[in-house]
Amino acid sequence: MKRTTVTIANCELEIHEGGSGAPLLFLHPGAGFRANDPYVALLTAHRRVIAPSHPGFGTSQLPDWIDHVDDIAHIYLELMDKMGLAKVDLIGCSIGGWIAAEMLTKAPERFGKVMLVAPVGVKTGPTDKLDIPDIYVMPPADVQALMFHDPAKMAVDPSKLKDEELAVMARNRETLALLVWEPYMHNPKLRRRLHRVASPTLFVRGESDGLVSAAYLEAYAALVPGAIIATIPQAGHAPQIEQPQAFAQIALDFLG
Amino acid sequence: MQAWHFSESAYPYLPPAETYPSIRVSLPSKHFDPVKGAALWDRYLEEWRIAEDEGLEIMLNEHHQTATCADPAAPMVLAALARLTTKARLLILGNPLANRRQPVRVAEEMALCDVLSHGRVEAGFVRGVPYEVSPANSNPVRMGDRFWEALDLIVKTWTSHDGPFSHEGRFFHHRNINIWPRAYQNPHPPVWVSTTSPGGAAEVGAKGFVQATFLTGFEATRKIYESYRAAWRKAGRGQDVPNHRLAYAALIYVGETEQEAHDGAEKLLWYVTANKVAPQFANPPGYAPVAAQVAMQRGVEHPLKQFSKNPSVEAAIRSGFMFAGTPDQVYEQIKRHYDYVGGYGHLLIMGQAGFLEHDDTVKGIRNFARHVYPRLKEMFPKTKISGDFGDVPPEPPERFVLRSSHGVETDGPLISALGGASA
Repeated sequence: MKRTTVTIANCELEIHEGGSGAPLLFLHPGAGFRANDPYVALLTAHRRVIAPSHPGFGTSQLPDWIDHVDDIAHIYLELMDKMGLAKVDLIGCSIGGWIAAEMLTKAPERFGKVMLVAPVGVKTGPTDKLDIPDIYVMPPADVQALMFHDPAKMAVDPSKLKDEELAVMARNRETLALLVWEPYMHNPKLRRRLHRVASPTLFVRGESDGLVSAAYLEAYAALVPGAIIATIPQAGHAPQIEQPQAFAQIALDFLG
Repeated sequence: MQAWHFSESAYPYLPPAETYPSIRVSLPSKHFDPVKGAALWDRYLEEWRIAEDEGLEIMLNEHHQTATCADPAAPMVLAALARLTTKARLLILGNPLANRRQPVRVAEEMALCDVLSHGRVEAGFVRGVPYEVSPANSNPVRMGDRFWEALDLIVKTWTSHDGPFSHEGRFFHHRNINIWPRAYQNPHPPVWVSTTSPGGAAEVGAKGFVQATFLTGFEATRKIYESYRAAWRKAGRGQDVPNHRLAYAALIYVGETEQEAHDGAEKLLWYVTANKVAPQFANPPGYAPVAAQVAMQRGVEHPLKQFSKNPSVEAAIRSGFMFAGTPDQVYEQIKRHYDYVGGYGHLLIMGQAGFLEHDDTVKGIRNFARHVYPRLKEMFPKTKISGDFGDVPPEPPERFVLRSSHGVETDGPLISALGGASA
């Protein structure tokens, strides 16, 4: 993939782009976008993939006025204008799914098919129970256990990473907290807007996902007209990472 | 030099530390016995009154969801002290501003306490330590920016007396600000800010507020003060920085004998050693800057955490965050630290912690007040200039080792450059 930058609303964004064919906008999860992850090549083999790093993630800037997922949704709609993308298919993972959902409610006519992978962003459960477990109050190892089907295999050894890579990870973690802290992992208004979504929408979840539960995904999908659900076995919150083949297969079958 | 008696008002009667993952945030309150807790509060308030009788000033603070500090609402205890005491200055250090949703309310609380105490409030403000963000449900990102906007608004709220004004800022919105009562002191109570990083100290110095730093030893304290003094001068406040603009907090215990001092000092170490905090509470994302996060990934530890693995009175004294011994020894230790960092006008005395019982606490207060404090006041009057090193750079710190019959001096890890995560 090639890496370029585009400036929107005085915010310089890092854009990864590769492949050819109908445009597919890919919105990364909290861990950021890594062009070398195996699922990326599986997608670019068939589609033109455009993957921006969200403001404050990767090397994208974070202006001081950005503090909400909604801000990013507006920036990406403008990015589509600037890149001449009248209509795109859309994949959003985790917080990227939340950004995607916000975009769909603002400009439903600009999206073809949409795949939301372990998305967060709505509150559907009771007041006294978090819909998404609080990742900020549990030991780091517990978060990994909820994240992955096979946490041991997914463990990262910081001593093998460069300082710049560790810095990007720390920055991603910081920006994620800024965006999801309160209300925790959701926009209370979003569920009242999702009926506007006009795209065929596929909700996807890793079977072992300890953060986005099956019940949460079903409740979320029920808010989107005509949405359907698929489950990927032996995967957690990031099925694109743990099961890249199965993930790409489902994506390409659905998007066409 | 002004000296301030400070207790964090801990509730120390806990089950063994192995049985809980964190003394902060998640420790169930079933472990707090209200009867024992009330007796402790009787005691802590009484110790502040005794400190006042001995000529010391008073300092208090707040923390949340923790047994290390049973005061989650310091302005309320400040109000009580305003009426229980008559002459001591009352320093609240401080209000955790980045976690308070309504700065105007904080301005009201401080103004009311100032009136209740007839103008004895010293209003301290802190960003809030990392383990407070969860109890406050406060976003750990951009806390510094929130802090400064809130503090500016508070000062404006205190000093506006001609009817309502409005504030439409980045983090806070408030219309019709017009607080009653106004503060007793004019223009407003002295403002203190605590930081433990040079970057934070520069901001405090530029604004000229009193800068306090906690347990930062020799090197780090000097860097913090240097940064404060440079920013003070750069802001056009004059070449000379009065020493009363700077404060240092240390664990302090004065005994009549070395043995007595050592026993008391050892109990004070509870403050450091009992602070068992789960990693997710100690380092929320965004609290420490990215560079510090990378350093932590590389294994760099906070010096106090390192210290707590092998704690000793001797190592604490060597590191400059504890002064303990006979009156002569303590005076020499403080003088050495004072000279090395360039001088400060306030000594914040962590004089009670954990299981240091009432009688021993009072003994420590009296020994300090009667046998050390007069010499400090004489040697380091308020008219002294901080950072007046002259042409001769200070020597590196010597060792002030307290001999103990408990055994030979242990070689605990030296605490040098405390920097890292700032408070």
